[in-house]
Order: sequence, then structure tokens, then C-alpha cells
Amino acid sequence: MAATNPGLAATSAKPARSSFGDGWRQLRTPLVYLLPAVLLMLVVTFYPIAFQMWMSFTDYGVIKAEGKQTLNRFGPNGTVPPNYRPAQGVGFKNYSDILTNNPQFVAQLGGNFNFWRQLTFNLWWTFSNVGFHLVLGVVIAVLLNIEGLWGRKIYRAIYILPMVLPGIVIATVWKNMFDDKYGAVNQLLALISGQAVGIRWFNQIDPPIPGIPLPLSYYAMLITNIWLGWPFMTIVATGALQSIPKDMYEAASIDGATGPQSFWSITLPMLRPAMVPAVMVGIVTTFNLFHVIYFMSAGGPLGQTEILVTQAYKLVNVQQLYGVAAAFSVLIALVLIPIFLITNRISRATESYDV
Amino acid sequence: MSSTAPTMPRRARGSGSSAAGRSLKWWQQLLCQLLCAFVAATVLFPILWIVSMSLDPRNLARPTELNLIPPGASFEAYRAVLNQPTANPVTFTELTVNSLKLAGGVALFALLIGVSAAYAFSRFKFPGRQWMMIGVLAITVLPAVATIAPLFALLNGVRISIGLLQISLLIAAALAVAFGLMIIIPAMRAGAAGVSTWALGGVSIMFGVFLLQAGISPPEGNIFILRNSLLGVGIAMISGALPFAIWNLKGYIDTIPKELEEAAIIDGANANQIFFQIVLPLAVPALAVTGFLGFMGGWTEFFLSWQFLTKPEDFTLAMALYNMTGQYAGSVPWSRFAAFSILISLPVAVVYLSLQRYIIGGLTLGGVKG
Repeated sequence: MAATNPGLAATSAKPARSSFGDGWRQLRTPLVYLLPAVLLMLVVTFYPIAFQMWMSFTDYGVIKAEGKQTLNRFGPNGTVPPNYRPAQGVGFKNYSDILTNNPQFVAQLGGNFNFWRQLTFNLWWTFSNVGFHLVLGVVIAVLLNIEGLWGRKIYRAIYILPMVLPGIVIATVWKNMFDDKYGAVNQLLALISGQAVGIRWFNQIDPPIPGIPLPLSYYAMLITNIWLGWPFMTIVATGALQSIPKDMYEAASIDGATGPQSFWSITLPMLRPAMVPAVMVGIVTTFNLFHVIYFMSAGGPLGQTEILVTQAYKLVNVQQLYGVAAAFSVLIALVLIPIFLITNRISRATESYDV
Repeated sequence: MSSTAPTMPRRARGSGSSAAGRSLKWWQQLLCQLLCAFVAATVLFPILWIVSMSLDPRNLARPTELNLIPPGASFEAYRAVLNQPTANPVTFTELTVNSLKLAGGVALFALLIGVSAAYAFSRFKFPGRQWMMIGVLAITVLPAVATIAPLFALLNGVRISIGLLQISLLIAAALAVAFGLMIIIPAMRAGAAGVSTWALGGVSIMFGVFLLQAGISPPEGNIFILRNSLLGVGIAMISGALPFAIWNLKGYIDTIPKELEEAAIIDGANANQIFFQIVLPLAVPALAVTGFLGFMGGWTEFFLSWQFLTKPEDFTLAMALYNMTGQYAGSVPWSRFAAFSILISLPVAVVYLSLQRYIIGGLTLGGVKG
């Protein structure tokens, strides 16, 4: 144990000192190594987060709507412009506007804002996507792992392609693929059905499946994101499959287990330890998946496919309500904290690795 | 497996056995091949569509039919895109240089500052270690979009004189060159300088020279608005990229065997010697991978630059791509959009493929921020 830790090893070799001196010696070397990162993170990460907390209780940016500029406190000659007014505290107004869908506030955002609907959609979006990723990923990994399958290497090389392409390119390409007039998806459907197909993937407001209040654009993006996401699960599952000892299957087959039986009682339990962290990574990534939503449906139609991060971006980029956006981001963090704690608990990520 | 082979001589290895220990009959092979081919077709469909469209010589405004190889394929669309990709008065080269500056700078400085912190987290025990690690990890879970409001407001308030900007660029240049030397020299002394050592060290020294050049040739005007510059976007990106780099590198350093360090301690080496002469050379592949992931993040960064930048000469490839689709598309022919997408993807896809083994390991170890 002592030898794994140079700092400790060095001190233990010296004669005993006071406990304070010991603590300092123990802390000194790591502190020097941490210092640059700590300083930089304090300035560019933690200070903005603290500033965000303060902003969320102010009307930061609202004055812009009144024809004044509050963000710019510097005039042309370095003087303070006459229309400059610092942000003023508004208490919990931003939070209550968001959480209670204050009609005046919703109208200001164009009438389609509803925090709880967005949160529900975001959670549903996450779990439906990750569910497909996991099931498809494991099934395809098992399929590829069948011994005696021809062309396994070729398939593996093809299947990794969605992972290596930049997400932003994938989202824009699929956006054009789902175009109602010129998109490849409608053309393919026309080729199969033999008649002209003009499905308006991103504009049709009525839900395609009666009773399920999800617009067509959700399904288009689901298809895209399934395409995008399953290879990751397949790669993780393949690694885990290859580490299952073959003796287990042989022992099971000697005991008379059928193929499906050994799949359920050997393969799946042995995959679990590898898949749990991968699913956690998938959940956090999909929950915050900005590119697919913003580039494809842009939250439409009528804001029905808006997720929290795209809404937060619009609050800054379109409405320029910085205070509201800050409050909204704090709420996103509050939603993510339980997810983070569960992830951390399961993967034991921040615990010492040699314990 | 070998112990069971003599008892089952009829099951030759050529015929193979499925995971459940059964051999594959012809119809099973056929079924599996059909399934695999179908999956491969769904994966390849969008890729082939975009490649085929980019090669279309007719400079199609919009495609009206599906065809794998367009009649008379040519590189006309690529030529058009390389000349002037969007309606903005910027060339493809300028866009690429901007993306390279942003992605390279963010990746390099996240590595430079992250690697020593990762070493401290991986190899030392000290009070507050776990809390600091939770702080780092929590940031990697937080979406980058969620900190855009304060970063915009704060960086918008930073107006510095050009002289100060030059000084900071020169300091950054010195740091980048020092980092490059730090990578190369210990590895050379140990005689273990591989491809990744030279690539990483070379890139950082080159970036340092570039920063030096930027530092001695100041931009026009006398006040520099940090928000409206690639430097500002880069600082905002470091805010998320640094915790990710620390976390990713810590995961890798954890897997470096400790026997070498133990031997070095017995020989009387101190923590600094261990870091520079043992850990750093061994961590070079990890540095290359983490650097590449940071680069990929910067290369495809969209929302910060879209929010921050207003001058066309600062625009990046990702911003131009967004300009080519959706409501801003206007009359951009889709064959040009296709060619542009491929030009953006190809370099990073090739590097990704060559590093994939290391990248996948890192992805499940920790960070989740794209």
C-alpha cells in the first residue's frame, strides 16, 4: 500500500514528525500538481457556475426587451453608456415562471413553452432511446459473436461507422434524409411501395399513432438516434462477451441446458457488469443530446419535441433572457444530480481505485 | 477448450461451435448472414446516400431519385465547396484554420493542465481528494449548454487591450512549446519515443509557434472583446473540456502498472522524477486519445461559436454546416452540402478508426461529455 503512493512512501521513510507537518508533507506534492487545474477551473468553471446561481435570481438581459442594453457596460470610449442599468434581483420569479408556466412568460416565449411537458418528453426520449440501444446492441453483439459466422471482421468494421462520424454531421445528414420532398427516406418508401410518398416528417402535428401524444418528428429522431447509438453498446457488449469463459457454456450444455437457457442464465448475467456503466453513459449522453434535436426538428412541431438543453439554448440565443436561462440551467442540473449520484454509486467512479 | 478437444474429435475447429456449443448449420449461417447484411445495409444507407450525392456532377439542387452511383460521377461539388462553401465571404481554408485553432487549442491546453491533476488524483491520497474528484466528475455530467448564459455574460464583460492579449498569447505559446518538449525529451532519453510521442509533441510545438506568431502580429483596433473571438469560445470550451480531460486521463493513469514506480521509489526517485520519467512517457497514448477526443469536441463545436461569434472571418466549419441546412439553406445545392459533410468528417473519422481500441476503453471509464 505504502509503495503505491510515492508521497506516503517518502514520509514513512523519514523519522516521525508532528501530525501537522505530516499532513502538510502529504498534501504538498499533490497540491503542486493540482494547482494549475484548480486555479483554471475556479476561474472558468466554478466561478461561472456561481455567477449562474446569482444570475438566476435576477432579470439579467430583460432590459434588452425594453430597448436598452444591459450586457454592455462599456461605451465606445470606455465610458458607461447612459442606458446601462445593472441587473436587478427578482427573487424566485424566474423559477416560478418556469415551473408554473406563467401565461405571460409562456406568451413571451412564443406560446409553446411547458416545462413539465419538456421534462417528461426529455425523460421519455432518453429511456426509449437507451432501451433500443441496449437491446439492439446486445442482440447484434451476440449475433456477431456466433462462432463460425462468415465475414465477422467486415461486419465489425462497418458497424463502427456511426460512432466515428461527427454527431453534428450525422444530425444534418439525417435532417435532409427526412426531407418531405427530396429526402432519401421518402424516396426509399416510394421505391418499396411503388407510389409517391410525401410524409412531412418534421411538420405533421397530428400524432401518427392515435392515443400516443408523440409527433412524427419524434419517430424520425428516434430512428436517427438508434442508428447513432447502438454500435457503442455492441462494442461494449462484444468486449464483455469475449471475456466469458467458454467452459461455462460447455458445462451448461453437458448439464443439458439449451441455447436460450444458457443465454438467459450465462450470457446476460455475465454482460451485466459491463453494460451498467455503458447504459449510464448512454442515459446522460442521450438526456443532453443537443445536436440531434436542435439540427433535426429544432423542437418542432409546436415545441413538442423540445428537450431541456435545446430550450436552455433558445432562451439564450433567441430570447436573450439570460436570467431565465440561468434559472433553467439550474433546474437542468437539479434533474441531473440524481442521475449523477446513481451513476457514481453504481460505477464507484470517485472511490480510490486501489481500495 | 483444448482439454475437451480430444474427447470430441468430430467437432473440428473449422465447423466451429456457437456460443451454446452447437455447430452452425447451413440455414443458420444463411439466417445470420441475412441479419448481419440487413444491419450493415441500414448502417451504410445514409453514408452511401451522402457519398453518392457528393459525387453527382449535375450539381443537384435537390435529389429527386435514389441512385448509388450517379451518372458521370465527378468531384465538381468538392471543387465548388472548396472555393466558397456558404454565402458568407469566407473561404473553406479560413473556416478550416478557425476550426483547427479552436479544436487544437482547447485539446492542447486541456491536456497540458489536465495531466498533472490526473496524476495527482490517481497516485496520491490527500484530504479532500474524493470531494475534488466528485466536483470534477459532476462537471462532466453537466451539459455544456447549461453554462452558456454565465459564460456569455462574463466573457462579454472582458475587454482587454491588445497589448495584454499579446502578452497572454506569448505566455500560452511558451506553455505549448514547453509541453511539447516535456513529452518528447523524457521519452527520447528513455529511448521510447514512438509515433504518438512525436505526433503529440510535434503538434504542441507547432501550435506554440503558431501562438507565437499570433502574439507578435496583433489584430487591428485597440480593444479586444473576448466574447467575440475564437479565444473566448476556446476559454468557454475549456470550462467543460478540462474536467473531461482530467477524468479521462485519471482513468488511464490508474491502469498503468505501479511496479515500475515502486522500483523507482526504492532507487530513491521522488514524485517529480516518477511523473516526468515514468508516468508521462507511459501515458503518451492516453494523452493522444484524450487530446483527440478534445479535438473532436472542438472540431464539431457548434452552439458556443454560434452564440459568441459575429465576425464572418471567425466562423468555423460546424457553423458553415449549419448554414447549409434547414432554414438557412436557401439555395445551397445538396451535392455541395454532401461534399462539405464528407470533408468535415473524413479527417476525424480516419483518426478515430485508427485510435478506436483506446477510445472505447476510455469512454466507458468515465467522461460522458461529447
